This record gives sequence, structure tokens and C-alpha cells, in this order.
Amino acid sequence: MVVVVVSADDPAMHSSQNEQDNRFYARFANIPLLEPADSQEAKDMVVSAYEISEIFDTPVLLRTTTRVSHSKGIVEFAEKTEAPHKQFVKDASKYVMVPSNARGRHQIVEERLEKLKQFSEETPFNFIEENGSKIGIITGSIAYQYAKEVAPQFDYLKLGFSYPLPMKKIGEFIKNHDKVLVVEELEPFYEDQIKAAGLKVEGKKYFGHLGELSPYRVAVGFKEVGVLDEIPVAVISPEENMFPRPPVLCPGCPHRGAFMALKKLKVNVTGDIGCYTLGALEPLNALHSCICMGASIGNAIGMERVNNSDKGTVAVIGDSTFLHSGITGLMDAVYNKTKVTVMILDNSTTAMTGGQQHPATGLTLMGKEAGRVDIPTVVKALGVKSVRILDDYDYEATLKTIKEELERPEPSVIIANRPCVLMPKRIMDEPYVVDAELCTACSACFNISCPAISASEETNKHGRPKAVIDETLCTGCSLCAQICPTEAIILKSHFVKVEEV
Amino acid sequence: MKDNNNYGILIVGVGGQGVLLASEIISETAMKYGYDVKKSEVHGMSQRGGIVSSHVKIAPKVYSPTLSYGQADILMAFEQAEGLRFLDWMKKDGVAIISTTELIPAIVTSSKKYNYPEKPVEIMKKKAQNVIAVNADAIAAELGNPRLINTILLGVASNYLPFESELWMEVIKKRVKAKFVDINVEAFNRGLKIQLSSVEA
Ligand SMILES: Cc1ncc(C[n+]2csc(CCOP(=O)(O)OP(=O)(O)O)c2C)c(N)n1
Repeated sequence: MVVVVVSADDPAMHSSQNEQDNRFYARFANIPLLEPADSQEAKDMVVSAYEISEIFDTPVLLRTTTRVSHSKGIVEFAEKTEAPHKQFVKDASKYVMVPSNARGRHQIVEERLEKLKQFSEETPFNFIEENGSKIGIITGSIAYQYAKEVAPQFDYLKLGFSYPLPMKKIGEFIKNHDKVLVVEELEPFYEDQIKAAGLKVEGKKYFGHLGELSPYRVAVGFKEVGVLDEIPVAVISPEENMFPRPPVLCPGCPHRGAFMALKKLKVNVTGDIGCYTLGALEPLNALHSCICMGASIGNAIGMERVNNSDKGTVAVIGDSTFLHSGITGLMDAVYNKTKVTVMILDNSTTAMTGGQQHPATGLTLMGKEAGRVDIPTVVKALGVKSVRILDDYDYEATLKTIKEELERPEPSVIIANRPCVLMPKRIMDEPYVVDAELCTACSACFNISCPAISASEETNKHGRPKAVIDETLCTGCSLCAQICPTEAIILKSHFVKVEEV
Repeated sequence: MKDNNNYGILIVGVGGQGVLLASEIISETAMKYGYDVKKSEVHGMSQRGGIVSSHVKIAPKVYSPTLSYGQADILMAFEQAEGLRFLDWMKKDGVAIISTTELIPAIVTSSKKYNYPEKPVEIMKKKAQNVIAVNADAIAAELGNPRLINTILLGVASNYLPFESELWMEVIKKRVKAKFVDINVEAFNRGLKIQLSSVEA
């Protein structure tokens, strides 16, 4: 069987909840590891990964990082070849992992690893670049590019097939150089193994294992070692005290209505990952945990069971995330009779990652017709007795429903089903405007964090700015109008009429 | 213009301003011209009003897809304060092409902790030699489409890159939707007329 697993790590956590080094999974599972360093290698290594999987009868881990995945370079294609279709061949000793068979398989895995070690010594993915230097660099993945950029003069052993490591080749390389440094991002994956083999290298202590490397960080490390004099520096001083520009819920985002209500109720809100995680940021501050995808319901169950709050606990989870890993949590709540309120923010898409389809949209990722899972039916089938469906653009109804459901002594589910304003279709209804005469500059609308609302030049008598709405951004969701205490926010067409009068 | 054989370009803006399209167009033009090109950006949150930055590296052979501080030959900013935020990524004698667009985020409006800088372009002009402030909003409004800031700035930037106009046009035609080609070509040409007289072009 041919299996290739692709996994991308996210050093510096540009869009992840944690920083981890998935190369360890290859070592843990005793399977080969490929690490591309650019787009061309990424393409070439996929082809090779399939070949290696087939030849050695093993799963293969192809591991990239953000900077490999989120970059583009020129790629040359090879001739396309068709692989013959193969059928599953029954073989209980290989595929039925009862102890008597599994023992035999472990033996095979160990033998396979020996063959892979040999392969690692020979594969062109582990290559040496000689420049006549006494300093040798052992590196792989994006760190290779950074090192080459700042110090092309050194000798390089570039690892592309990096588990099992080509330890003989590494030993030779170390023998042929006065000083050998290991440059790798995140954990000392190569370094620890090389040291454990009794070879002398240095690395992590100069380059660190937090965040992502950069040409600059690698240069600074080389300088610290004493092998590089010049490092690239900025001559223009950085601007101090710049304001932040965090991502925010879009104008018209239906999640805003849910968070306005949750904030008002001052409940503990366990969260999950998706656009709605932005409900945690200032000034909404209405989501209080986000551990990993699918954690919200389990977190809420735990908190409820220790009676953490007299106001109650609400788990907030997106539609895509609910289908991915929320169902088992909800089953737990039903089974263990835990009084949690689960709010499924069903915007009919996987918004945060770019609007992909999911099992409840009725379309495949390629936009073709597919089966459709009905979320309310799933929830009821799990045994949830109270399932409420609402429109999160209706602030009062949202507030009232959450309040009622919090009173229940059993698990309950609220499904807020207003679709995303961006995907799959951009929704732009008639915009709202602010009547400056009625606006008292109370800042209530500023606090719902809508990018379409900003401070006007006009102020009240205390010098506080009134609000103004950018009509090109406003989608007409009406949430700000619903909470404006002086009814100063009105539909544009209505405003014009008033002026005419 | 003289070919330096090596260009680092940093393009910055706010989600939705077309940073990624601009960097795609530069990269493809450079590739067609015959250079090696790498580009990198992180855009997970780009649609949600956050900062978007894209690095483009052009040379006979490119290793790192990202720049280091102080290494950009050209800084293109589609929002003026973002230009200021990223100015230290530019070389002292680099060219900063800044749209005077002002986008004040909700967090600045709702919190007393933060301020939007007063006159970011003036601050930049004090810190760097070559700052071109472009009123791209006004040009875009004249052309009848507010979403042309990126193409106008590409036109300005093309004065500082060695690629011929025809090559730029070829790529723009391929990259933008058919019904927007003409207006983008016009926007590019408007940008083309803007340059620093003090900089050799
Ligand atoms: C374990 C894991 N897998 C994948 C992701 C990437 N990811 C981030 S948000 C998200 C889904 C968001 O969809 P949804 O829950 O419907 O919320 P929305 O963004 O639409 O509000 C995914 C898959 C992740 N963060 N963690």
C-alpha cells in the first residue's frame, strides 16, 4: 500500500495555536522523512515519496514549514507518468494487527529501517556542496536557504531525506571540516541524533529553537560562533509605538451578533478555532479559551462539572469545526448529563481558511454536488433535547435565546445560521449611516469592533468623537443600529428622506 | 534603466487591498524577463483587516524567499502608516512608494491606548532618502474604481525595475479579470508617470 502523509509546521505560529516540530513523528513511527526546501523540491519530493513508499512498503512523511508552503518559486515539470491501478490484496499477517501478526510486523519495520538507512546514504536528496571551506554546515528545509543566502562560502551538507539520517555521510563531512554547525528550525532534530551518534557538532545554542529562523537570525548565529563578520542590518530605525492592526471580524460578520450577546451576559465562553476566535480580541473580549480545534465543548463540560461559574458556560464552535471534531464532545455532554450550552455558529462555510466547503454545505471542495449532513438532525440524534435555531443578526432574539438556554439543567444547543458575508457570495445590502445630530458620541458602536465604523471629525461637547460609517464597507447588517441608544444609526435611504423633509 | 541584477521588494498593506495580486504580477514579470524569483507571504488572516506583507526576491539565483531588515530595494505600501511600520526593511537608498491612503483600524478608534501617526509620509521623508507619496485614492477615484491602488503603485514601481512595459502589460492582462483589464492598464500607465526626479530611472 502506498501512503504519503504531508504535514506543515508553522514556526512563529503565523496562524496556528502551537509551535511544534512534526519531524519527530517520523522517528516515533519509524518511517522515512522528506523535507523540501523550496517549491521545486516540494514537487519533486512528492513524486519520490510515492516511489519510496512503494519500494520500501512504508508510509512516508513529507514535512514542510510555513515558509516552504507559503512561498512560490519557479518550478520545472517532468514528464507526467501514469501509475497502474492496483487492487487491495488480502494479507491478514500484514493488515490485521492482532498481537500475533503485529509482532511479526514490528520485526519488519526494524528491518525496513536498516534498508532506509542505506538509502539515506545514497539518495541525491542528501547532497554535499563543496566550496573549499573549513566550515561545514549541516542543514535542511528553509534553514538551508537562509544559511546559503548569508554565507554561500561555507561547505554544505543539505539534508532532504532526513529520517533516518545518513549518519556515515554526516560522519565523513564532520571529519573533513574543522568546525561543523547544524542549522535547523525549531527543535534540534538532526543535532541531537548526530550528537547521540558520538559526533561533534554545535547548533541550537546559537540559533535558538523558538519562532522561525530568517537570514538575519542565521547570520547573527554565525557571527556569534565567530565564522561570519558581517550581518545584514537595518539602517533606518524602526518606528516606535506603532498601533497594532489585529485581524478583526469583517463588517457584517454574523459572529459579531453572537459575541455582542455573550459579552452582555458575562458568561464564560469556551472557544474553538475559526473566524469566531477573533471574538476574543479587544474590544469584544467575549471568548475566553481556544486551545485546539474541537476543544470548546470538552472545555465547557469540564468547567461546568466543577461549577466554575454561577452565570453558566457557553461553548462556541463553528459549523466546520463542529463537524470535524465537535460531535464527540457533544455526545460526551449528553452521555454525562452535563449542563452546557453549545452555540454552533453556522455561517455555512469554513471562512477562516478561505471558504472551503464542508459536509453540511452539500458541495465538494471542487464545488460539485455532494451529500449533505444536516446539523440540527445530527444534534437531535445525539440526544440533545433543546435545539434552538436563530439568526445572529437579531441581537435581542440572540440575547434572549442564550439566556433561556443557560437556565436549562441539561445540555442544549443553539444554532445561529446567518451565512458569512464574504463566502461563497459577497453580500452587500443597503448601508447604514450615522445621523450626527442624534449621535451623542457614547461609543457603544465602537465597542462592537466593526471596521466600517470609525471616529468622525465631529465631537460632542466633551470633545469625544461621534461615529461615522464607511458606506463602501457597511453591508447593512444592522447590528450597530440595534444597539445605538439614540437611534442615530439609520438606513441610508431613510436618512435622505429625513433630510428632504 | 540600469539592471542591478538583484532586487528585494516588500509590498505591504491591509487585507483586501490587493497586496498578493501585486506581488504575483511582479514575480511573474520578473520570471518572464528571465530571472529566478521567489516570493513569500503569510496571509491566513488577510481577509480580516490585518496587515498583509509580501516579500519578492529577484536575482539570477535566489535562496531565501524572505528579505531581512534593511534589505528591500523597493518598499510599496498601499496604506501610509503601514509604509511607516515597514520602513526599516528598506535600504537607506531604497525607494519607498507610498499610497497616501489612510485606514484607521477600529482598535485605534475604540481605545485610548493607541494613536494613528500624524503625517506618516512626513516622518518617512525624514527617515529615508527616496519617498514617493502617491495620492492613489484620488487617481483611482478619477478612473472610477477604488480598487486600483495596487496597479497604480505597480506602475510607479516599474520605473525602478528593468522590465519593459510590454512585459508588464502581458502579465497584467493575464492576471486580472477580462472586464477589468483596460482600467488596470490605465491605472498602471498613470503610475508610470510618477517618479522621483532625484532618482536615476
Ligand atoms: C487541528 C487543526 N486543523 C486545522 C486547522 C485550520 N483551521 C483553522 S480555522 C478552521 C475551520 C474554521 O471553520 P469554522 O469552524 O466553520 O469557522 P469559521 O471560520 O467559518 O467562522 C480550520 C480547519 C486548525 N486550526 N487546527
